[in-house]
Amino acid sequence: MGKKLLIHNDKVPGIDTLEVYRAHGGYSSVEKALKTMTPDQVTDEVKKSGLRGRGGAGFPTGLKWSFLAKPEGVERYLVCNADESEPGTFKDRYLMEKIPHALIEGMITSSFALGAKTSYIYIRGEYFYVARIIETAIAEAYSAGWLGKNILGTNFSHDCYVQVGAGAYICGEETALLESLEGKRGNPRIKPPFPAVAGLWGCPTVVNNVETIAAVCPIINMGGEEYSKIGIGKSTGTKLISASGHINNPGVYEIELGVPVEEFIYSEEYCGGIRNGKKLKAVVAGGSSVPILPTELILKTAKGEPRLMTYESLSDGGFQTGTMLGSGGFIVMDEDTSIVKNLFTFARFYHHESCGQCSPCREGTGWMEKILQKFLNGTANESDVELLWDIQSKIEGKTICPLGEAAAWPVAAAIRHFKQEFLDVARNKKFIDVSHYNRLNKIIA
Amino acid sequence: MKVTIDGIEIDVPKGTTILQAARMIGPEVAPPAMCYYSSLKTSGGYCRTCIVKVTQGSAANPTPMPKPVASCRTEVMDGMVVENNINAELLEARKGVVEFLLINHPLDCPVCDQAGECKLQDLGYGHGAAATRFEFKRREYEPIDIGDKIKLHMNRCILCYRCVKVAEQITDDRVHGVISRGDSSEISTYIENIIDNDFSGNVIDVCPVGALTDKTFRFKQRVWFTKPLEAHRNCDKCCGKTRLWLKGEEVVRVTARKDQWDEVEEFICNSCRYDYKKTSDWVIEGPAPIHRNSVISQNHYQHLNELKLQALKQQNALGFMPLDKKP
Repeated sequence: MGKKLLIHNDKVPGIDTLEVYRAHGGYSSVEKALKTMTPDQVTDEVKKSGLRGRGGAGFPTGLKWSFLAKPEGVERYLVCNADESEPGTFKDRYLMEKIPHALIEGMITSSFALGAKTSYIYIRGEYFYVARIIETAIAEAYSAGWLGKNILGTNFSHDCYVQVGAGAYICGEETALLESLEGKRGNPRIKPPFPAVAGLWGCPTVVNNVETIAAVCPIINMGGEEYSKIGIGKSTGTKLISASGHINNPGVYEIELGVPVEEFIYSEEYCGGIRNGKKLKAVVAGGSSVPILPTELILKTAKGEPRLMTYESLSDGGFQTGTMLGSGGFIVMDEDTSIVKNLFTFARFYHHESCGQCSPCREGTGWMEKILQKFLNGTANESDVELLWDIQSKIEGKTICPLGEAAAWPVAAAIRHFKQEFLDVARNKKFIDVSHYNRLNKIIA
Repeated sequence: MKVTIDGIEIDVPKGTTILQAARMIGPEVAPPAMCYYSSLKTSGGYCRTCIVKVTQGSAANPTPMPKPVASCRTEVMDGMVVENNINAELLEARKGVVEFLLINHPLDCPVCDQAGECKLQDLGYGHGAAATRFEFKRREYEPIDIGDKIKLHMNRCILCYRCVKVAEQITDDRVHGVISRGDSSEISTYIENIIDNDFSGNVIDVCPVGALTDKTFRFKQRVWFTKPLEAHRNCDKCCGKTRLWLKGEEVVRVTARKDQWDEVEEFICNSCRYDYKKTSDWVIEGPAPIHRNSVISQNHYQHLNELKLQALKQQNALGFMPLDKKP
């Protein structure tokens, strides 16, 4: 049984209320930080903990905080990225839904470290009911004096606001999120300048994922050093994994980083093995944009070592034989899954969600979807596989924001590891059941 | 700051972008730019045709940049080394970008008023492939009316955002913008509206393709049959310095003057553009400088007649039957 730091109380009745949350040790990190520590000490603890961004890129949080420009007389902001839209990822929703105060506690502690008087929680539009839960929790926190002027009698004042997005995946990209928060069209900005220098309304801003901010509370409570002992190497602490797909127990699991992938899929504690006793075919380990890996590469690295649920182990071998931990959207596919159909679903998603600002992503994502549609229709040629490969290589790395890469990587990986399947479909040796899409299209129509 | 582009070193002031530095060296190393416009703030970065490879970040930190960067939005560092036309991989990547820009472009050049001065034509010719690999129906939009002076032809648009920036920075009222997202994004006024203010006509000049054209010039003349003249008049709204496009003695179109990079030197007002269509309204300064490689410089109207006569003479000498006398 691994250690749980974030959602250990999720089954406690009434944990979403301040009273119960406080009774279970809630807001102790705010007390500790505000009364006994300086902002720099909080940042140092986060640095020591080795916490890495839980949104997908895995950038060290302490380092990100230390990059924040601190000019005199200029406001600084903390923005929480709760625009969790990556297909296969639903960990932040679980956390916010069950324990909303964990996020607010983290927001206060982190804002204290950064010297931010105001913070924003940007929630995706589809999570409107989660936004209500968070707003209720914020109101509770205000009335109990955890938010507002002179928190705990110190001279630290803080205001926290919730902003609901309008349902665009791209607004999860930090600069697009800031644009959207400012009330503009959610287009990613061209970097530099980075948000740490000029973010929200041109002021220095830190944008962190929900889970990252929530993880600050246990770090302050137990100390950065202690936190860094959990996990392996540079992957410290615990991580929420949203497991979905053809497994017996789909759901959100908190793991200590370093659990072997095989154990995660097959043990009763986590996914509980493949549904209906089928064999494993492939795994998308970190949300739809990371490369898909076939059984032999996800369970063991190319060197034959067992693959672990860590940032380093999953990306071992680069994109040739590895993948990424990403946001922790763990999608498992059994032997009956059509990789072509799965890839079409992903391609359709990225086509729909491209913001349309830069040309490779705007035009390329649609083109890839159209070609994959041909595979589903049974009209594709073998040369279309090469064409798909060429298109993805021309999108990757040429776009303003990482959405271009997110659209290109799954295509590249699917062709790299499952080329034969694409060729079989193109030669009409393999039939893809598209009745599901037909039904879906009828519903939409 | 010293920067080396394609092996040529140049000293530029701090804050110069790679693209500007390359333009200072000359057109042979300058990357193509479809969305960047030096007189419009925050323009550029969208089309990705100007991407270059930075093989050395700076003298202090010589590591190369991992991905190609948009030269129009990347400032130079001292000791930076940039590869543009000498990097085959980069040219291949740029070819990909050109292909992306063209897959949904209608390629209706034969009926497009922009043909001959279209940046996308130049780009396709210079950096594109000979054939398309796109086999699907091209994107089409419902036409919308944005007034009696400007014709919006959204099918041709490459979404460079220049016209949006002009409306924001040059005019005092922006009523159009980009709506929808992804490949269904379009330039629109959302609720049907007329784009009409003193400087609105400038969106025509900045448009690199035929998406925004002059309605008063529509289907009147191919640009290579017109003769461009520099002219000016006293105008209380703008600089009054314009370029007149003549067919015979008639002024068929008035535009702003453009520089070597096809960028407007000084924006002009709508009354200069639309209201003064007689040569007597203007002080003619002389023929406009047109690049020797431009189709406009090759076929001035009178010149064309001479060519036609020459061709007829040749055909007669060889014993060809004239076209109209063929059975």
